[in-house]
Amino acid sequence: MKVLVTVKEVATVEDDFEISGTEIEDTYLDYDLNEWDDYAVEEGVQLAEAGDDVEVVAVTIGPERAEETIRMALAKGADRAVRVWDDAIEDVELLDVETKARLLGAVVEDEDPDLVLSGVQANDDSFGATGVALAEDVGFAWAAVVNALDTEKVLDEGVASVHRELEGGVEELTDVELPAVLTIQTGINEPRYASLRGIRQAQSKEIKPQSLDDLGLDAGVVESSLDITAMYEPETESEAQYFEGDAADQAGALADVLRDKGVVGE
Amino acid sequence: MTDVLAVADHRRGDLRDVSLELLTAGRELADASGGDLHAAVISGDTDEFAEKLNREGVDAIHTVDNGEEFNHDVYVQAVEALVTDLDAEFLVTPNSVNGLDYAPAVASRLGRPYVSDAVGLDYDDGTLEVTREMYGSKVETTVEVEDGPFVVSIRGAEWPAAEDIGDAEVSAFDFAPDEDAIRSTVNGFEEVGGGDVDISEADFLVSIGRGIEEEENIELIEELAEVTGATLSSSRPIVDNGWLPKNRQVGQSGKQVTPDVYLAIGISGAVQHVAGMKGADTIVAINTDPNAPIFDIADYGIVGDLFDVVPELIEQFGGDPPSV
Ligand SMILES: Cc1cc2nc3c(=O)[nH]c(=O)nc-3n(C[C@H](O)[C@H](O)[C@H](O)COP(=O)(O)OP(=O)(O)OC[C@H]3O[C@@H](n4cnc5c(N)ncnc54)[C@H](O)[C@@H]3O)c2cc1C
Ligand SMILES: Nc1ncnc2c1ncn2[C@@H]1O[C@H](COP(=O)(O)O)[C@@H](O)[C@H]1O
Repeated sequence: MKVLVTVKEVATVEDDFEISGTEIEDTYLDYDLNEWDDYAVEEGVQLAEAGDDVEVVAVTIGPERAEETIRMALAKGADRAVRVWDDAIEDVELLDVETKARLLGAVVEDEDPDLVLSGVQANDDSFGATGVALAEDVGFAWAAVVNALDTEKVLDEGVASVHRELEGGVEELTDVELPAVLTIQTGINEPRYASLRGIRQAQSKEIKPQSLDDLGLDAGVVESSLDITAMYEPETESEAQYFEGDAADQAGALADVLRDKGVVGE
Repeated sequence: MTDVLAVADHRRGDLRDVSLELLTAGRELADASGGDLHAAVISGDTDEFAEKLNREGVDAIHTVDNGEEFNHDVYVQAVEALVTDLDAEFLVTPNSVNGLDYAPAVASRLGRPYVSDAVGLDYDDGTLEVTREMYGSKVETTVEVEDGPFVVSIRGAEWPAAEDIGDAEVSAFDFAPDEDAIRSTVNGFEEVGGGDVDISEADFLVSIGRGIEEEENIELIEELAEVTGATLSSSRPIVDNGWLPKNRQVGQSGKQVTPDVYLAIGISGAVQHVAGMKGADTIVAINTDPNAPIFDIADYGIVGDLFDVVPELIEQFGGDPPSV
């Protein structure tokens, strides 16, 4: 059985930052494995540990810098990786969901996995949509916002029996046929830290570069029909009264408010 | 080709709030484009839902009778059929968990870009401008889409609910799903997050977020809760990490709380968190980042390090801060 895990290197922004044009200046960005994808990788690795002969392949669309992040997935137990990149992609500001789904779809067609695990959302642009769009594109079944997966049923019966986490503490119990794409919610498992041994082994695992050409796609596929025309810091709607001074002053002022509201038992 | 289609959200017999907000957002688009506003409701007690959706500004309501609960395979087919049949220029869906499960697939089928989680929509002369947030609400962006049909999902609680009773024409939409294309089965529901404490009953919540960094440090907040007689709650990552049980989680997928005072410590104020606590009477936030979105809804703010402020606060109430 083959499990494909989509992983994205996401940018996080420092507390103070500057915007130039429609982008945050790179010096204020740090890069990391998307939180949701960390859980997806773990779920894939747990399947591999529970079953015989399960291969876990990580796939990303990202520049060379993203290799560092994809090595993290390899260090945590993915067997090998695919990195899609191309000059034509570099020129696009933001890949819309459909574009990403087509690029990842070409990898799915190439790899022919039984199960694709992706994250509910990417922490930076938060479309929350790539996994489901990918499933539709490649004709797989799917389930979004999965916070429990029955490992045995996947391995033995070829069915993904999942919980979908709905709003307000309610979960939906759903079965989907394989092949399927599941978008993984945080909390589904406890992502492991990469061990030193894992990090060492990851160095010798394959990261296969794939250009549009390699995937049999032409440059038209990355033509975005979305355009970011402005980026700005939202005007603060804050009407908060701030407590000034050192920590003791601040705590003193807050204590007065709490006593005043009558919520603190004496 | 100027009409708008808004697809209602419901679960287990209840129309969800966002459904009426969709009508407001949809009406704005219809006014801007000069089209009609259509609402659709799929599955469940469609007659009852249609009555509730019949608000001022809605021109037509389409019902699709098919089972009781949401099934994305049915929704994808039905919504695609509706958009095509109505020749709608705009499809507006909720950015709810079920929305996440069907809207991207519909957009993909229609061959149109999907813009999710809109907090603002502006249509002018063939171009749709969507306002959405990025980087955990640190920035807002304007995303432009040219040429319809447009597919957007809207964030909950951003548009007011449509209020007054309307006189839309209600009709059953003629639709039968292709059963072979239904590859998912919903077997039921499960309630989670029960147990010994009910944070939604508390008058005073001391709530902790990822700013606490390590499990051991939670002791500090427990001590604060102890000396102030508060109940301890948290944001999601704390529960995901297994540091506190699920019944302590505030937010979209946890509990909705309305205490007299909500003290958010090291919580950024992500939309899914705020959904659970914005109804608190008084909101206080302690955060090192002066731009953290939690301050937008706070009544009182402390820009500072929780590891400095919380021990002082414990002392204010005669406690002895643990060293963390
Ligand atoms: C479908 C879905 C459902 C979700 N449901 C929920 C939900 O029910 N509840 C929920 O909470 N989230 C939910 N989330 C997750 C949500 O999007 C955020 O990821 C989460 O709320 C972030 O939690 P946080 O604020 O604790 O962490 P972060 O966003 O990481 O914020 C940590 C904050 O701590 C501050 N900080 C750091 N160090 C210190 C210090 N020493 N002193 C003071 N401040 C400090 C930082 O400045 C930052 O603002 C959901 C997400 C999805 C996609
Ligand atoms: N550039 C990318 N490379 C690989 N996977 C991605 C990429 N962008 C998004 N994904 C996957 O799709 C999920 C949802 O992302 P999004 O729809 O952008 O919020 C992420 O958690 C990833 O698993």
